[in-house]
Amino acid sequence: MTHRLEAHAEEWLDRTAPLRFTFEGREYQGYSGDTISSALAAAGVPYVARSFKYHRPRGILSFANHDSNTLFQVDGVPNVRGDVTWLRDRMRVSAVNTFGGLWRDRARVLDRFARLLPVGFYYKAFHSKALFPRWERMFRTLTGLGKVSLGAPREATPKRYGFCDVLVIGGGPSGLAAALAAAQAGAQVALADEALRLTGNGAPPALVRAVRDSASITLFPATVAAGYYADHWVALAQQARMTKMRAGAVVVATGVIEQPAVFRNNDLPGVMLASGAARLAARHGVAPGRRVVIIAANLDAYATCLELHARGVQVAAIVDLRAVAESDAAVSACAALGLVVLRAHAPYEAVRGPEGTVAGLTVAPVNEAGHVDASAQRRIDCDAILMSVGWAAAMQLYLQAGGSTRFSEELQQFVPVDSPPGIFAAGRMNGVYDLESRLADGRRAGSQAAAHVGFGVPSGTAVARSTRCPSHRFPIFDHPEAKNFVDFDEDLQVKDLENAAQEGFDSSELLKRYSTVGMGPSQGKHSNMNALRILARIRGVGVEQLGLTTARPMYHPVPMKLLAGRSFYPERRTPCDAQHGALGAVWMPAGNWRRPEYYAVSGESRAQSIDAEVHAVRSSVGLIDVGTLGKIEVYGPDSAELLDRVYAGRFSDLKVGMTRYGLMLDESGVIIDDGVIARLGEELFYFTTTTGGSATVFRELLRLNALWGLDCTLVNVTGHRAAFNFAGPSSRGILQQLTDIDLRDEAFPYLAVRSGQVAGAPARLMRVGFVGELGFEIHVAAGRGREVWEALHSAGLPLALRPFGVEAQRVLRLEKGHFIVGQDTDGLTDPLEASAMWAVAMKKPFFVGQRSLRILQARGPRQKLVGIELAATAPLPKECHLIIDKGAIAGRVTSVTHSRALNKSIGLAMLSPDLAQVGRDIHIRTDNGDMLAARVAAPPFYDPKNLRQKADAGA
Amino acid sequence: MKILVCPLNGPRPASEFAYGGEVRRSPDPNTCSDAEWSSYVFNRSGSPGVKYEWWCHIASGFWFVVLRDTTRDVVIDTFPAEAVRRGLPTPPAAAAP
Repeated sequence: MTHRLEAHAEEWLDRTAPLRFTFEGREYQGYSGDTISSALAAAGVPYVARSFKYHRPRGILSFANHDSNTLFQVDGVPNVRGDVTWLRDRMRVSAVNTFGGLWRDRARVLDRFARLLPVGFYYKAFHSKALFPRWERMFRTLTGLGKVSLGAPREATPKRYGFCDVLVIGGGPSGLAAALAAAQAGAQVALADEALRLTGNGAPPALVRAVRDSASITLFPATVAAGYYADHWVALAQQARMTKMRAGAVVVATGVIEQPAVFRNNDLPGVMLASGAARLAARHGVAPGRRVVIIAANLDAYATCLELHARGVQVAAIVDLRAVAESDAAVSACAALGLVVLRAHAPYEAVRGPEGTVAGLTVAPVNEAGHVDASAQRRIDCDAILMSVGWAAAMQLYLQAGGSTRFSEELQQFVPVDSPPGIFAAGRMNGVYDLESRLADGRRAGSQAAAHVGFGVPSGTAVARSTRCPSHRFPIFDHPEAKNFVDFDEDLQVKDLENAAQEGFDSSELLKRYSTVGMGPSQGKHSNMNALRILARIRGVGVEQLGLTTARPMYHPVPMKLLAGRSFYPERRTPCDAQHGALGAVWMPAGNWRRPEYYAVSGESRAQSIDAEVHAVRSSVGLIDVGTLGKIEVYGPDSAELLDRVYAGRFSDLKVGMTRYGLMLDESGVIIDDGVIARLGEELFYFTTTTGGSATVFRELLRLNALWGLDCTLVNVTGHRAAFNFAGPSSRGILQQLTDIDLRDEAFPYLAVRSGQVAGAPARLMRVGFVGELGFEIHVAAGRGREVWEALHSAGLPLALRPFGVEAQRVLRLEKGHFIVGQDTDGLTDPLEASAMWAVAMKKPFFVGQRSLRILQARGPRQKLVGIELAATAPLPKECHLIIDKGAIAGRVTSVTHSRALNKSIGLAMLSPDLAQVGRDIHIRTDNGDMLAARVAAPPFYDPKNLRQKADAGA
Repeated sequence: MKILVCPLNGPRPASEFAYGGEVRRSPDPNTCSDAEWSSYVFNRSGSPGVKYEWWCHIASGFWFVVLRDTTRDVVIDTFPAEAVRRGLPTPPAAAAP
């Protein structure tokens, strides 16, 4: 049976363009201009979904994309919103959350066991630890909606950034009027509306046209304003992308959401909101049923009846909850048509027909207090029940923006009270209901919003709120057999809320969390208001005393893909990145950078490659890219003073042309960074920081410099300069061929810095000893890095040069016993513990961390960083393995490696001071609980007198 | 995202800024007791209120001081960093939330 009505001039359909689609495997036909939901309704499909908990059949409720009944699996995509998704030809649609399909859902049996699924079931079930796994398995099977396809193609969903003077949320009469008023004042306006087409929702067609035609108004149709963030930043979610809209002011004209009446079986397919039925008929030419009953508590009910009657739908009865008739043209018109109006009657029970859909409505007289006289019930046959009993203000965005509200007893809805600067509420959410008032209220809000951004002067005065009450104060009716649903998403009945309150969860926030009311896909848009009313009745207070639950983004479910946007992880590469790649670099992340961990050579294992790289440095020469080190220049008369204050060592007495190791502490005396400071001139220093620390160290130095007001300037040249360490006994001989700098010991001693040319590029050279061999750190402009690397690499190849990566460097430095900040030290390690007091000048008048170090010195270290040795034959422990002494934790390994040069395993460890004597035996517990014997040793392990880095060992 | 008005660069999104903690006056390290120093180093008042804070506009490396009511998350005023040296005025009491 088709529910399609005769064609109508205003409808969205193109009846010359039929579309075929399947639902649950069966073929149906709709038209171009249908949505999935409207096509299914037109086709007479008895129901479209199964409910979340009891798997009861469900039909369309709101036809506004606000209920969870019309979520579908479409062509493999889960949870597609049927109300607002255009029907496409050959669409394959199925229901979500079923076991064996919609019609034969095996889980429908749960409806009979409702008694066994009390409110707070999750909390009660999960209370038992022993049964937890069983419940978890069951819930994981039973819950969830659509099926995510793991093989789904990845779609690019780049975000867009938008800017406007005034953002209007809502395309109804007040929103349109606001947009036009703001545009006329000179503002650039953006207007977002969630409907598929901007129809104006009852606004005068001339206004809709004027907004469409305005060059100053950008329209965002089919767009959900999903969240409000600080300073008028609004997330606009569209089908394919998220637009982050920055507005100067925001008009919130979000309207109202129709609320269901609560009575037994109010969830049967065929029971729907009257506004949804009106939309179905007007836009898509679909009748909600052939013979409908409308439950009425406002004028909208009568207007809807007139519309449906005019389209040929039989209105069996208007069941008005109120005793007294409103005087209005629509009411009179219904009377004139001879429509049956039952006043002071309430729905008692929707009658289920053989197909599981509505077959009738049992009604009974209701008194002023809301008491239903069930003894006087009578049945009205119908195939659809429309509910038009009230509205809830769509207050969420307004609340997210920091607006405050109060509950108006006169209007039976929340209304704005105190709007934050730049937020202007308008229209029905502002309690303004008749069309002329909504238009005036919109103009007022639009003009105020434009003036807030500096366009025009605010005009129009506050529009009086409606004097008629559009919402019934308690459209909720008890029934001994329950199944009177408050929340359709979560299958919550009146008694569930009563039981939750009984169990102590009787504030609105607690009730929500315990019962899960308002926590489903529709986020309480149809349930929060009624739940509040029920809670107010239980507590014997007014709704105003309870207040709304906190509104947080998102207002409406937003696909994860829109939030994810485009994956964009910037990765820094040194100028020689391509060279590393060509040499077989295996990459590892280091801060934001990628660095070669080692260079893979065919026929070699990882360990062999690293070993060979180490060996090259020890025996001849190696080359490593250290361009990722932070590089900072400081110049000006107070440069030395600044360094004296921020580093623990002394730099004011550093001679021009020399370098010195520097240790940076925080105020608590903890080591936070280290580097080499080179004095290039009386007032010019060049220094390095760790790779990971460069940005934060530089920023902190800027802060301290600004705080102290010293006469010096810092420049971060990390990305401007390439740097290499060219190390090994042959390094000097090779490098001398490439540079004009005299590299002989007497001209360029250990720890000196010199400027000159390397391979034709201006360069700074430092003699360093990090890897424990004769070596030069070569710093050149980033743009020359590649050619200098090439020159060094080619010149070294005849002498068996190997480029070496981070791993080989770790071995080399460990053989020398150098610690790495952040690896061998942690957030509590001070120089006393790291045995680094040689780099601290306590006699200086001040440096950051000095005062704390004095206290720590008096207290003595709680742990010591020591060298450890293991026999070459012993298995290698891992970093972070614990050192156990007398059954208790006495320390941990911080670095460990096998050293071929030493033919043993060596490492560093943090150790309790009483165990930290050289030669002491210690025990390391490994992953499987085995204890490894090790011995405390004094670094450096290799070349203990540091002769190799100082002497002219090679050339 | 919040907009922060940088005294040097004007209004910029908060993601361009780094927070540098509350502006606190260090006791004289040469005269204070160990307990006073430890308290300065380790104790922070997390209570909401009107506070001076360090903020840095990362791209330009510009540090400045923000007087912010952390209860309402509203910036009341901004100052150049040297104002800390010269002495900042006593912050006004927090407005009622």
